[in-house]
Amino acid sequence: MSVVGREVPASGRGAPARDDAACERERFRAGFSVGVPYAIAALLLAISFGVLAEPLMGNVAPIAMSAFVFAGSAQFAATAVLAAGGGAAAAIVAGILLNLRYVPMGIAIAPSLSGGALRRAAIGQAMIDFSWAASSRGGGRFDPRFMLGATLPSYPCWVGGTAIGVLAGDAIGDPGALGLAAIFPAFFLCLLFEGELGPGPPRVVAALGSLIALALIPLTPAGVPVIAASATALLGFRSASRAAVR
Amino acid sequence: MTEVWVTIGALVVTTALIRASGPMLLGGRDLPPRVQGVIALLAPALLAALVAVETFGAPEGGAYELDARVVGVGAAALALAGGMATLPVVAVAAIATALARLIG
Repeated sequence: MSVVGREVPASGRGAPARDDAACERERFRAGFSVGVPYAIAALLLAISFGVLAEPLMGNVAPIAMSAFVFAGSAQFAATAVLAAGGGAAAAIVAGILLNLRYVPMGIAIAPSLSGGALRRAAIGQAMIDFSWAASSRGGGRFDPRFMLGATLPSYPCWVGGTAIGVLAGDAIGDPGALGLAAIFPAFFLCLLFEGELGPGPPRVVAALGSLIALALIPLTPAGVPVIAASATALLGFRSASRAAVR
Repeated sequence: MTEVWVTIGALVVTTALIRASGPMLLGGRDLPPRVQGVIALLAPALLAALVAVETFGAPEGGAYELDARVVGVGAAALALAGGMATLPVVAVAAIATALARLIG
């Protein structure tokens, strides 16, 4: 079975209501099991964050940040700015820049969400890079149940890992010293190659997107390369008919 | 310490608003096919960019940083091309990074 779980059936359209509910539970569970290995990696990264943040923020603030911001790259970026003496305003801007990719990501899942505006906004809070990408079903469709399931294990791991790093960092050291740094791009690489590289426009956009991001790394603050690369998806405006056929 | 809490408070609010923006403003209706065509390409664009930035970028941004990660992600790409599944690929990435760090 592929870990990214794309063989999970799409919504049971036309099926009786009871089957629909069972199907939704099944998709949630499928997302959950795909999310567990990623959550273990997130736990290690969170310990690293706790170790890093504790000298600057004390015991409570890093855990509160992980519990209520729940966005790894933004937390690391803001903390790095504060640690370098950059001040709150610069730290906030750094964090926002890294979070801005959630705007296109949120636009992408929007058509797949049902219910009122508040319910949709609540589901949007569960977006993390991994679960968002893993719940992509091609052609611009997303499976929100799968995404919720895939995010769920990461939350306690992220908050708990931060607490472990804050409280036990002196004893266990920084797990960032392990092979941790390559784990996240490796996950994204798998998601990309196992589900998102259909022939034609997706391949062109992935190639262009990585080139644009690479070119902008030394020229822009963190976060901007990824947002700029997401603009390559605008090529789909022209190739819409072909993409719809896929 | 005030700086820390101001930063956390601002990020709590802005992150929630940013995550809510797309689903709140655009959800609950079908978008025109052309917009759907753009959405269909967001996952490959974003994933490819994340791989590039997290492999070659310095963690604090603004510069390249070539270290053991590049070896790890390169090994992962080879494992993926060799037909390995996600978890073994990720394990290969971690082990290759750790080895490259030991040697380097």
